[in-house]
Amino acid sequence: MNETLILVLVSLLKVIVVVIVLLTAVAYMTWFERKVVAHMQSRWGPERVGPYGLMQPLCDGAKFLFKEDPTPEGVDRTVFFLAPFLALSLAMSSIAVMPLGPGQINIFGYHTWFSVAEVDLSLLVVFAVTALSVYGVALAGWASNSKYPLLGGIRSSAQMLSYELSLTMSVVGIVLVTNTFSLRHIVESQRGGLLHWFFAPQILGFVCFLISAVAETNRSPFDLVEAEQELVGGFHTEYASFKFAMFFMAEYAAMVTASLMISVLFLGGYLSPFPETPAFAWTFYLPTAAAVIGGVTLLISGLRYRTAVGRVVLPVIALVLIGIGVLCALPPVTPWIQGPFWLISKVFFFLFLYVWLRGTLPRIRYDQLMQFGWKFLLPLSLANVLLTSLWVAMK
Amino acid sequence: MTVEHILFFILAAVAVGGAINLILLSHPIHSALALIVVMVALAAIYLLLGAELLAMVQIIVYAGAIMVLFVFIIMLLNAGLEERTSLSRAATWVGLPCGAILTGILAWRMTISGPGPFAPGAEAADASGALSHMLMTSYVFPFELTSILILVAILGAVVLAKRDF
Repeated sequence: MNETLILVLVSLLKVIVVVIVLLTAVAYMTWFERKVVAHMQSRWGPERVGPYGLMQPLCDGAKFLFKEDPTPEGVDRTVFFLAPFLALSLAMSSIAVMPLGPGQINIFGYHTWFSVAEVDLSLLVVFAVTALSVYGVALAGWASNSKYPLLGGIRSSAQMLSYELSLTMSVVGIVLVTNTFSLRHIVESQRGGLLHWFFAPQILGFVCFLISAVAETNRSPFDLVEAEQELVGGFHTEYASFKFAMFFMAEYAAMVTASLMISVLFLGGYLSPFPETPAFAWTFYLPTAAAVIGGVTLLISGLRYRTAVGRVVLPVIALVLIGIGVLCALPPVTPWIQGPFWLISKVFFFLFLYVWLRGTLPRIRYDQLMQFGWKFLLPLSLANVLLTSLWVAMK
Repeated sequence: MTVEHILFFILAAVAVGGAINLILLSHPIHSALALIVVMVALAAIYLLLGAELLAMVQIIVYAGAIMVLFVFIIMLLNAGLEERTSLSRAATWVGLPCGAILTGILAWRMTISGPGPFAPGAEAADASGALSHMLMTSYVFPFELTSILILVAILGAVVLAKRDF
């Protein structure tokens, strides 16, 4: 088989695996968010649909497929149909250039980088996709031929454009220090444990990026543009069933991408927080420990679940989890699983932070939001660039 | 017929198709979207030539900022469908033939001449680093002057749009 064919097949395999993981993550993010926000509000969240409400995303998906999909009168049909596709495809694209693990891996004897695509300018690719994702929102708002969507769409795209500025400026500090646009090189510059990660030296950039990322994905507390009390639904008011599901998925996929970016840029991506000395070789078994402890907890609570279905399904899931944990302790798998494990833990932490912010903070008014972005965050990120360039020049 | 050739022809077809759609579509928003397609196709062609930084900057700046501005203006101006009129006589008798002749001359010259000389630093492994280095040393004066030009434009827009108190 010639080289091109093998390359295409291996890339296709990586794409399929990553897309399946991303879509599952997006679907179960909806469950996670509902459960966590509910528990923060002293209620249960989805409980009935399956054990612990775990079937809720599947039922929501089925609902979206079967609902009526009306197209309002007077909409611009091409753009109306294009906008959700644009939003979803762009939101799912950035994960292609993220480094998912160290170095190269061996897929059926073919050596390839541990990411879907390895590009020298991966940071700029992510920014390019972020810049283009404004279109999904703006065109959706405009094409709906209605007041609330137009207003919501324009406000939302103005918000996204403004926070894009501080988003990109807060990363310039890291580019100055590491001298590269490649996300993999940025992660490799943070090797050496927790103290080498960039969140401490670049604390201004970290805070700026975190806030801008929350605003960029139109999430609470910056979600005035899609709040029911304000604009009915903002830019996605006139969209029903599957197209609305696409916007929904695009928002969660953007959240996952933003969490990945924060982890890669400031928290060392796939690197372990422990130094890589032999004294810390026991940390190689942390993925196993996490999976086994999680599995045992689920087993115990599953055997005592209130419905019979739960008492069967949950222990099965728990046993699968324990099995994965044992698998991770086997010598061929252990070095390979370290990178993805730490990356997933950090992404999970930031996703939890997103949901935590939603459940805790009140919404910010639109003019306060724009003032905050232009008059506070942008000067702050510029100050970060200034300080970092002074530090680099003095070295 | 290597993969690069095939990719180039596909991207060129997309770019030319987008440009033709830009002129022929009747709604301004559709024309703006066609222009975005042209910009993205051009960025992909830059990637084929090995100019990675330029391709990314093209998407971030042109397709991601300038075209968003265009789309915003068209949305807020509420521009409706274009009225269809027949081509003016000047366009039919002078414009179209001249356009065809110009395209023919360009195509003929481009086919008989080979590629031009590459700029220094284009073959470097770190092309974006070499480009940035040149931008900050040999071409720093035009670079800063262009930034001031953009600043003047922003100031002009702010002054023009100010409310009269």
